[in-house]
Amino acid sequence: MGSKHRGSDPKDCYLFSHTDRRKSAIMTKNCNNAYKLKFAVEEEYPDLSQHNNHMAKVLTKDIYNKLRSKETPSGFTLDDCIQTGVDNPGHPFIMTVGCVAGDEESYEVFKELFDPIISDRHGGYKPTDKHKTDLNFENLKGGDDLDPNYVLSSRVRTGRSIKGFTLPPTNSRGERRAVEKLSIEALNSLDGEFKGKYYPLKDMTDKEQEQLIADHFLFDKPVSPLLLAAGMARDWPDARGIWHNDNKTFLVWVNEEDHLRVISMQKGGNMKEVFKRFCVGLQKIEDVFKKHNHGFMWNEHLGFVLTCPSNLGTGLRGGVHVKLPKLSTHAKFEEILTRLRLQKRGTGGVDTASVGGVFDISNADRLGSSEVQQVQLVVDGVKLMVEMEKKLEKGESIDAMIPAQK
Amino acid sequence: MRMDSSALLENRQTPHRVHTTTGKIGIFVSAQSSSSSSTPQPTGTAAMPFGNSHNQLKMKFSSEQEYPDLSKHNNHMAKVLTLALYEKLRSKQTPSGFTLDDVIQTGVDNPGHPFIMTVGCVAGDEETYEVFKELLDPVIQDRHGGYKPTDKHKTDLNPNNLKGGDDLDANYVLSTRVRTGRSVRGFCLPPHCSRGERRAVEKLSVEALGALTGDLKGKYYALKNMSEAEQQQLIDDHFLFDKPVSPLLLASGMARDWPDARGIWHNDNKTFLVWVNEEDHLRVISMQKGGNMKEVFTRFCTGLTKIEELFKNKGHSFMWNEHLGYVLTCPSNLGTGLRAGVHVKLPNLSKYRQFEEILKRLRLQKRGTGGVDTAAVGGIFDISNADRLGFSEVELVQMLVDGVKLLIEMEKRLEKGQAVEDLMPAQK
Repeated sequence: MGSKHRGSDPKDCYLFSHTDRRKSAIMTKNCNNAYKLKFAVEEEYPDLSQHNNHMAKVLTKDIYNKLRSKETPSGFTLDDCIQTGVDNPGHPFIMTVGCVAGDEESYEVFKELFDPIISDRHGGYKPTDKHKTDLNFENLKGGDDLDPNYVLSSRVRTGRSIKGFTLPPTNSRGERRAVEKLSIEALNSLDGEFKGKYYPLKDMTDKEQEQLIADHFLFDKPVSPLLLAAGMARDWPDARGIWHNDNKTFLVWVNEEDHLRVISMQKGGNMKEVFKRFCVGLQKIEDVFKKHNHGFMWNEHLGFVLTCPSNLGTGLRGGVHVKLPKLSTHAKFEEILTRLRLQKRGTGGVDTASVGGVFDISNADRLGSSEVQQVQLVVDGVKLMVEMEKKLEKGESIDAMIPAQK
Repeated sequence: MRMDSSALLENRQTPHRVHTTTGKIGIFVSAQSSSSSSTPQPTGTAAMPFGNSHNQLKMKFSSEQEYPDLSKHNNHMAKVLTLALYEKLRSKQTPSGFTLDDVIQTGVDNPGHPFIMTVGCVAGDEETYEVFKELLDPVIQDRHGGYKPTDKHKTDLNPNNLKGGDDLDANYVLSTRVRTGRSVRGFCLPPHCSRGERRAVEKLSVEALGALTGDLKGKYYALKNMSEAEQQQLIDDHFLFDKPVSPLLLASGMARDWPDARGIWHNDNKTFLVWVNEEDHLRVISMQKGGNMKEVFTRFCTGLTKIEELFKNKGHSFMWNEHLGYVLTCPSNLGTGLRAGVHVKLPNLSKYRQFEEILKRLRLQKRGTGGVDTAAVGGIFDISNADRLGFSEVELVQMLVDGVKLLIEMEKRLEKGQAVEDLMPAQK
């Protein structure tokens, strides 16, 4: 299988180690999985009676029976996919996904499980749908003039998986270290506004650690049982690290929940600049990975392939911290967000409460619309909400401004 | 009557030992042929259909690339493992697919504590101790006072062999307890077992325990069906075990599928308790207030023997061999798996400068009354045997009984302001 470098189109990543793995898989099977097959489906089927997550809604004995004997070339099985959902029944109000991919092939081998979950999670996305990737920042209209009196900061993040390696739930130390090595090389090749430094978690000095905490850059060993049950904290902190540019506006997490998490951020409301830096940086990084025959995992149905099905497509969360003390108490706040295809979080991130009327507002979608489209929704939506806030400040009505469903 | 290696084969359920090229089950622990580290290795042809595809994938990375960073680690596994040893064992797996990385994951993820020496490795099935001998033998040796790979372990569950133990002073000894673990042969252990296996162990356990009579008659409480009232009662009785939170246990996969197939059984008298599918297949506990260790130990032995008989009637014995004794998940519990102890008031003796030395010589250890890693409250200590492997059950309980008797004598002396030097024991 030859390796052809055909430019920056993410579709042109290639498969050489994928083929390697297929070849070796002919000779072996996952013997632990084979061993479990001696038990009947009824005996092995998980008890999901207390459960409320996407996996539990979709899985049936039939599907389990059909898929339990399968495995991906790297040996990832159905039980591996669903373990986190079995161990974490969920919350009555928060709908977790309850399954993860162990490698790129998981989404194919266990399609019958993943497709309905993806459809459920991503607004009816069908197995035949195609996802559009658009990382051309020039296609974003406006976004450079969000009112900094209201918009305190802007941020865009996404994840990337490196083709040819298995994902955090199942990767070995050797694989993780290889991903780290490639990442460091890619990041160190960056220059100009992207020039920066890598801080491996295991060698960090106290001083560096304090600085990274002060900058809100440091990520810690996962404590969430959702991540722990999926095996993502194994061998911590081996091959984990943080890279950021000297300006502290471009940040990459290596080997946390995904191979790479890429973040562009800055104070104020210039989302256009943030998004441009995001796109340019991502492209530069991808180019280096491709040179080593390890591009990013991507396909035209699922877009960028990541560990959690909720992050498929763009894997993008573009958002702002914005002051909306009046709008947030308005009766139609939730409805407005729904129509704008936005979601709110507290400024501490997912599952935190807002403080002082300051909200984290970001795109709700990940799959089925492009990066440009999703950031456009944030830009346009936040602009509208700031206008609404100003109206409410003056005691005026906003009824005429309520948007249609996007 | 103990198992020999042929009994190991006949008691194992055969269905999962599917086609090997030789048509013979050749992968068991045998104390006699301890030199074989036999696993049905895929020889690269279709003749051997089983392997471990995930482990195979990792083989394309060199040992250096895969070897864990143990520079910050202080546990038995980290002291023993070397790159050479890793290289030797990394391509192997047990018949159920348990690999070296599976064995050591908990020790890699939990570097340990500067003062507490954790084990840092677990077994996923009975064969782990054979396939990964070169790692586990030195760990066992380190942990169990120099126990050699050629040593034989003696099992003695005859309570008549215990001398005395019925007269520990109840003014000092508040309660008495003996616990051990048992693994059911034919199933993988908690780090590795599937839901089907765990449920099968539960089913067998519930049947076996349900057949107990007389003083041992009792009831099973499945964790997942427990009512609020039942739960509260079990908490009040100090019987209830909860989902593990210790990262040591979590990292080895023992909390998977919680609370499926986990439960607590106890007799009506609340003196005999069995935990099902927690850190081992079975944990068996005999306990009561006061100091009558003879009674506690007699009930313990009787109950265990009855349970074992009931399991055997169903074609399942306990994992045991003449080198390691009872085979359990954690290497620290091999041998007898027995911890026999008392809660005893020693406010004066515990402040005596030679307290630690006395315990050491008596082969005893102290803990707080909340269990391992807790502090003593009000001068009350949990005193128990320090050894597990290389001594029989009777020998360990005897040491506990004799030792506690002596400790109380010393306490009484110190109460009266008298010297205790003449009572200092020799090293047992």
